[in-house]
Amino acid sequence: MSVVGKPAEAAVSSGAREYLTFRLDQEEYGIDILKVQEIRGYEPPTRIANAPAFIKGVVNLRGTIVPIVDMRLKFNCAQAEYNSFTVVIILNLRNRVVGIVVDSVSDVMELSPDNVRSAPDIESAIDNGCIVGLGSVGERMLILLDIEKLMSSVDMGLVTAE
Amino acid sequence: MDTYQEGAGSGADFDLTQFYQIFFEEAGENLDQMEQILLDLDLTSANDEELNGIFRCAHSIKGGAATFGFSDVAELTHHMESLLDRLRRHEIQPIPAMVDVLLESADASRSLLARHQAGGQGEALPTTDLVQRIAALAAGGAAPAPVVPAPAPAPAPAPAPVAAPAPAPAPVAAPAAGGARALHISIGPLEHVEQAGAIKDLFRDIPGLGTIQDLPDPAPGTRLFAVQTTSTDDDLLDLFAFHVAKEQVAIRPAGGAPAASPEPSAEETVALAPGAEAEVPYGFFNGAPGAPGTQAADASAAPGGAARPAAARQGDAKGGGAQAAQMESTTIRVAVNKVDQLINLVGELVINQAMLAQNSRGLDPAVHQQLLAGLADLDRNTRDLQESVMSIRMIPMSMVFSRFPRMLRDLANKLGKKVDLVTLGEATELDKGLVEKITDPLTHLVRNSLDHGIETPDGRLAAGKPEHGTITLSAAHQGGSIVIEVRDDGRGLSRDKILAKARERGLDVSDGMSDGEVWQLIFAPGFSTAEVVTDLSGRGVGMDVVKRNIAALGGSVEIDSAEGYGMRVSVRLPLTLAIMDGMSVGVGDEVYILPLSSVVESFQVNTEDVSTVAHGSQLVKVRDEYMPVIALERVFQVPRQGQDKPNEIMVVVESDGSRVALLVDELLGQQQVVVKNLESNYRKVSNVSGATILGDGSVALILDTGSLVRRARH
Amino acid sequence: MQSILAVDDSPSMRKMVNFTLTGAGYKVVEAVDGQDALEKAEAHHDIALVLADQNMPRLDGIGLTRKLREHPRYKTMPILILTTESSDQMKQAGRAAGATGWLVKPFDPNRLIEVIQKVIR
Repeated sequence: MSVVGKPAEAAVSSGAREYLTFRLDQEEYGIDILKVQEIRGYEPPTRIANAPAFIKGVVNLRGTIVPIVDMRLKFNCAQAEYNSFTVVIILNLRNRVVGIVVDSVSDVMELSPDNVRSAPDIESAIDNGCIVGLGSVGERMLILLDIEKLMSSVDMGLVTAE
Repeated sequence: MDTYQEGAGSGADFDLTQFYQIFFEEAGENLDQMEQILLDLDLTSANDEELNGIFRCAHSIKGGAATFGFSDVAELTHHMESLLDRLRRHEIQPIPAMVDVLLESADASRSLLARHQAGGQGEALPTTDLVQRIAALAAGGAAPAPVVPAPAPAPAPAPAPVAAPAPAPAPVAAPAAGGARALHISIGPLEHVEQAGAIKDLFRDIPGLGTIQDLPDPAPGTRLFAVQTTSTDDDLLDLFAFHVAKEQVAIRPAGGAPAASPEPSAEETVALAPGAEAEVPYGFFNGAPGAPGTQAADASAAPGGAARPAAARQGDAKGGGAQAAQMESTTIRVAVNKVDQLINLVGELVINQAMLAQNSRGLDPAVHQQLLAGLADLDRNTRDLQESVMSIRMIPMSMVFSRFPRMLRDLANKLGKKVDLVTLGEATELDKGLVEKITDPLTHLVRNSLDHGIETPDGRLAAGKPEHGTITLSAAHQGGSIVIEVRDDGRGLSRDKILAKARERGLDVSDGMSDGEVWQLIFAPGFSTAEVVTDLSGRGVGMDVVKRNIAALGGSVEIDSAEGYGMRVSVRLPLTLAIMDGMSVGVGDEVYILPLSSVVESFQVNTEDVSTVAHGSQLVKVRDEYMPVIALERVFQVPRQGQDKPNEIMVVVESDGSRVALLVDELLGQQQVVVKNLESNYRKVSNVSGATILGDGSVALILDTGSLVRRARH
Repeated sequence: MQSILAVDDSPSMRKMVNFTLTGAGYKVVEAVDGQDALEKAEAHHDIALVLADQNMPRLDGIGLTRKLREHPRYKTMPILILTTESSDQMKQAGRAAGATGWLVKPFDPNRLIEVIQKVIR
């Protein structure tokens, strides 16, 4: 059960970007669609000893070993269940491929710069340094993340601290 | 002064940067070839083909460099070309000084090109001295007397670099000053300050190196010397590297003023054309066939003369043929990542095939005869395919050995020793991944042989040996491994000295140790406190690191020596990194893989054979030996469901000469596994060397037996 | 469409010339040295111009020109020699061999097209 993220079509409407939106606990987040490789169901990874609890382990993704990070555990969300509805977003970042488990994936939104404003002091479980802004479409508020930066931060456990 | 049209890098619609990479590779090959011919050149009877060959290499590089806008390279190679042109026309005779300056210029060209390839940051190596020397030799005179640059402040206050040996991302070599320089060299901070004394000894022992005098210590543990030398900073560092690490050496010009390194400014127009008149960029011959104004070509279709067999020169990206005398077979150049991808895909095929095999095990052979026969064929084909593909990554040892003739020649010159290099088994093949990793340790071993093994010519004569020492490099396949040996006929290891030094360092030794055990002491961490830097990137490579690097590749090192006669270091490596024979073991619900090569034996354990000692660690008695027990369950914190502990099985593994018994639940089997990298998307995990994909598609971790064994020692 | 036979033992130069000429609307046939060029010249019947580097192993540009001029199809074909020098000596040798003209290396790609268009369309 996997849906391949569509390649970015020219989101050319003057500076508009496309974001994949997902839910974590009560909040809705958006990340650059270009970083999304695919969306899969959850399969139990191979555990890696002594890794932080939110790193569930590694899985085989067509021959590549990919770590799976459960964002719900990392950000202390209410509950983290693993069933047939659990969704994993496979990210293709500059230096690595990594999968993140979220509550649910919504859709792909195109946001033009007018719909985005900066979010200096937003209350969020996620470090503000990784938040690039707030997007709004109709009633929905999306917290836009710099997913590249978030996943490379030391406390995400994927990078060895120098 | 003539000028010509400089590189076309700024041509209107044309972005030439897309060709840079091809040019860099091509230039690298030309430099390799040039170096090869120069090293083999017999000065008394140099033949035309060789001289023309070197000339064309320089010419080709010059042409490309000029076209793509690398004017520093173009200028240097132009001068090399001029010298070579005179040589090939027999206007002058080849002498050793010419070979030396051409080799040095080739090095300088490499450095200049590397800087361009890395983006062009930083200072370019000044080449005026080389150019002067080349020009003088080309004019038929002897090499010019070294010019002594005044250490006074430069006339134009250029922000000249302080000649500190910082390891740069691109290999920036220090300025090659031609004359004696006055330097202040500080060494430290050192744990044993008397190590700096060894540096002083170098100046005493090596003729022509220069003079050295003590200066007051600038800081505790640090020594300072005033040095006069004609050697370059890099040469000095290389020399000192046997005694102190590069990071502990700081070289500054005496007087403290910035070194007056005369840099040619980047905007300087270079005079390259040999002719006296200004060059006209193009022209037509009046009345020549095809010239503008004459008839179009006659398109008669008469068949031409006999087609000659094509022997395209190697290096054509589409495919190469044999080049006249030199290269052996047809080759094709393929990017490494394409090969890796191919290997990955084949690896997956192997996994899929294993899955099919596993899933079909339950089928009734009578009913599914054809299916099972087909699967058996598939199994065979997959194995053959895998072997074929793995062999693509194999390259001959000559690629590793090729750097040594030059290195030894330079180092022998510096140390005042005479040595011949013999290489055997150059055609022996090795996985490309291993080649990259074995080069540094091997380099260290060879340098060691030359520096510590081979005696000075006088010393050798006094010992009744021929003046020229011999270092032999050999490679051969033995079973599933490759064995690489470095042999020398020098003074060999001194058992007494090693034992004494070991005692001094506090290592546990006894006079009753066998020779083999004594030799292994030189690999012991703490035996040699000096970290020796041998490779460009500045990594420390002490003897213990050499051994560890080799162990990390799944290999082992052995030493054999006879005092007075010589020494032999044997390195044994598995043939490839990517595929391994593994033993799978079960711990709880999890599967772990052990490298079969490190498994000694396995047995079911009786509780009475296990004893618990201090700190809760356990020992198990195996025949007459007690060895530490490592419970994998504990190391990997494997969760246990249910209280029923299955039978306990011990698997004895060996690494680095030590053994350890791993406690597991069950033995699951042996199979060939495709080794996958865990660190590309994740990070280094302790006690784990990689991962693999099992028949059911799940991931299993491959254990690092070396680190497990080391863990038990604490 | 007209083909140009580009002969040079340097892969980077060949690629550059190929790119330049293809961009200008020509088809390019590459050869890695004089011998290879003779073969390609024989095999291809749509060649309208030969561009040859002078300094190549085994058969240089001028030698290639001489041999091509013996071939019926290439008797009057435009042949341009690419050379790093344009000394009188080189010019004489080129003219004697029957070359149409020369172009000094390194050259601006625009100039290459300019020169070629003087001899073929």
